[in-house]
Amino acid sequence: MTPTDNPLESFDIDYAPALESTAVIDIADSYGHFINGVFVEPSSGVTFPTVNPATETHLADIADGSPEDVDRAVTAARTAFEGPWGQMTGSERGRYLFRIARQLQERSREFAVLETMDGGKPIKESRDLDLPLSAAWFFYYAGWTDKLEYAFPNRTVAPHGVVGQIVPWNFPLMMAAWKLAPALAAGNTVVLKPAETTPLTALLLADVLCDVDLPPGVVNIVTGAGGTGAAIVDHPGIDKLAFTGSTEVGKTIQRVASTRRIPLTLELGGKAAHIVFEDSAFDQAVEGVVTGIYSNQGHVCCAGSRLLVEESIAEHFVERVRRRISTLRLGNPLDKNTDVGAINSADQLQRITDMVATGVAEGADLYQPECELPDKGFWFPPTVFTGVQQSHTVAREEIFGPVLTVQTFRTAEEAVEKANNTPYGLSAGIWTEKGSKILWMAEKLRAGVVWANTYNRFDPASPFGGYKESGFGREGGLHGLAPYLREQTSDAGGSA
Amino acid sequence: MAEHIPVDKTFKLFIGGTFPRSESGRTFQIHSADGDLLANAAKASRKDLREAVKAARGAQADWAGRTAYNRGQVLYRVAEVMESRRAEFISVLTDMGQTAHSVRAEVDRSIDRWVWYAGWADKLHHVLGTVNPVAGPYFNFTFPEPTGVVVVAAPDDPPLLGLLSRIAPVIISGNTAVVTTGGPSALAAVTLAEVLATSDVPGGVVNVLTGDKAELLPWALGHMDVNSVDLTGEPNGLDDEAVATAADNVKRIVRSDPVGASPYMIGDFLEMKTVWHPIGR
Repeated sequence: MTPTDNPLESFDIDYAPALESTAVIDIADSYGHFINGVFVEPSSGVTFPTVNPATETHLADIADGSPEDVDRAVTAARTAFEGPWGQMTGSERGRYLFRIARQLQERSREFAVLETMDGGKPIKESRDLDLPLSAAWFFYYAGWTDKLEYAFPNRTVAPHGVVGQIVPWNFPLMMAAWKLAPALAAGNTVVLKPAETTPLTALLLADVLCDVDLPPGVVNIVTGAGGTGAAIVDHPGIDKLAFTGSTEVGKTIQRVASTRRIPLTLELGGKAAHIVFEDSAFDQAVEGVVTGIYSNQGHVCCAGSRLLVEESIAEHFVERVRRRISTLRLGNPLDKNTDVGAINSADQLQRITDMVATGVAEGADLYQPECELPDKGFWFPPTVFTGVQQSHTVAREEIFGPVLTVQTFRTAEEAVEKANNTPYGLSAGIWTEKGSKILWMAEKLRAGVVWANTYNRFDPASPFGGYKESGFGREGGLHGLAPYLREQTSDAGGSA
Repeated sequence: MAEHIPVDKTFKLFIGGTFPRSESGRTFQIHSADGDLLANAAKASRKDLREAVKAARGAQADWAGRTAYNRGQVLYRVAEVMESRRAEFISVLTDMGQTAHSVRAEVDRSIDRWVWYAGWADKLHHVLGTVNPVAGPYFNFTFPEPTGVVVVAAPDDPPLLGLLSRIAPVIISGNTAVVTTGGPSALAAVTLAEVLATSDVPGGVVNVLTGDKAELLPWALGHMDVNSVDLTGEPNGLDDEAVATAADNVKRIVRSDPVGASPYMIGDFLEMKTVWHPIGR
């Protein structure tokens, strides 16, 4: 078959739009903070808008959290911790978590549409990934509530108290679920801050929390930007902090937490190597690499942003990646056919644009498929850089956008060296059909999650988190439960 | 024939398997409880710390790459040598003013503690690792790996048990250590270094810096090639600003029980790695 005989070349792959209905959702004009079981006005009276990044339409006005608002939330959380929530048995707590899981399943369409409108991600991703995983996270940790004494042998555990949690805008509800479920299962109460560009699904979750009769104050949601987050981090009533976001902000939080000597978990940035050997299943590897970087517009901390491909197949492989991304459908995130949605915010679009300009200026070769961008909204086409040196900014710094850099290697040792040549260490991908090579690579890669012959898989039973400057602590599984518990007694070492 | 005149020991640093003096030429005096001069111990400098971190980094991959069985045997061998030098440890602790009874008890517990940790080398994975039942056709497992280079602020008290209780959980999993000790406990640390040097522990796996912990630790906390700092033996006078610089490369800061023993204390210096692979035909 010559290239011109390829049916893909002549096949019309335009799909008729299949728009998800927005009739299922009801967005209020404005939202206050959710404190002690009710929505309250911000003490400052200041609000900020949240917009649909695909259309730039205004969705709602959101309360800007002041230190006074945070203080009210912490007080409510403390009261709930010392009151009803702290006095419940584990199995009683579990009932509420199971209920939340079920409610998320039942209302998943509503949440998915809202997530897509507020954040710009394709509806097929919010529908098939964010929502099922959010519900699963609550269901998984609900089952731990009455089994904590089996979780950590020879260890007597207790909750910390009031936990401060700050989550990002790339998986707004799912990140909230990852944080809330283990914290509540362990018996803590929470002050949660969703990201300023994507607060709506967390606020809809408040509805669910009311519907399941979760006692007031167990979960408090304070909206706002960095200043609100800082007020949570600084609040002396917070007993434990958990943050997911950029490495830069994470370091700032670590500085404060270390001074206050409170426990902290950080899930920060990444610059994952996606390593493809010549003996990989070629077509699967192409698909894995493409979804590994372009899903959710590359707004994924564990995105496979650095392709390391064995030199012998590099040319052919990159050609296939280019061809595949030319078939990605970019556009209305509510269209069920859409593969690449809107960039989350104007600020993020600017950052991506600047980084790509830097890549070009430093001499990397840019490829973007022909791709019509909508007139309104924030968009960036799938982008591939070849001719990339390790010293290039685009190969070193997290872009958090749909931008793939390509480097080559000749030996497995060289692949490991290049993969580990980064201050980050969140995730890595390996494609080869040779089992021993997978395990050899998996041992050598300094990353908390290694996907072999797959990529970007998540599960509540599977710990997720980074090495080095990608943070510390794990979310998911038994290891994700541990950070929300403290040891009641020391010297658990038995006979020693 | 005249009576034998004892040969006094020079207490030096232990870096990369060798015993250098401090590059700074500085020393500090350690006196016995009775006021006799016991040692002009080396007072480590910032540059000594950097050399020790370099030695620890250089030794780490090989140490972590050994089998857990081998690391367990190497630590057990250390206990054998400690046992054979029991008299020397007793002498050092006695010089520092402890009663004969408490000295013997501390030496016994220290050796027992070390043997206890040696046995964890090939068992901590059972206790701290998991196989994860994910909802899909994937084999998924999580296993611990050493975090890398760890700087340890050794507790001053108890001098030997505290020292061993903090070093063992760091190195048993494959980390390498730079141990900072201050004051009289430096005697125990240097004696331990001589044990390590004459057992099978590779050079650089444990490095010992005697001197002023409060002077050395800020450099360790800001060092970009250090993965973790154990502040269990945190000295007075270490300021918050210094601890905050640990965030520059997201160091793992540990504060623990100076005399406790637990596999979870090994866990404080571990990273958890999760691997996914599809199941199919």
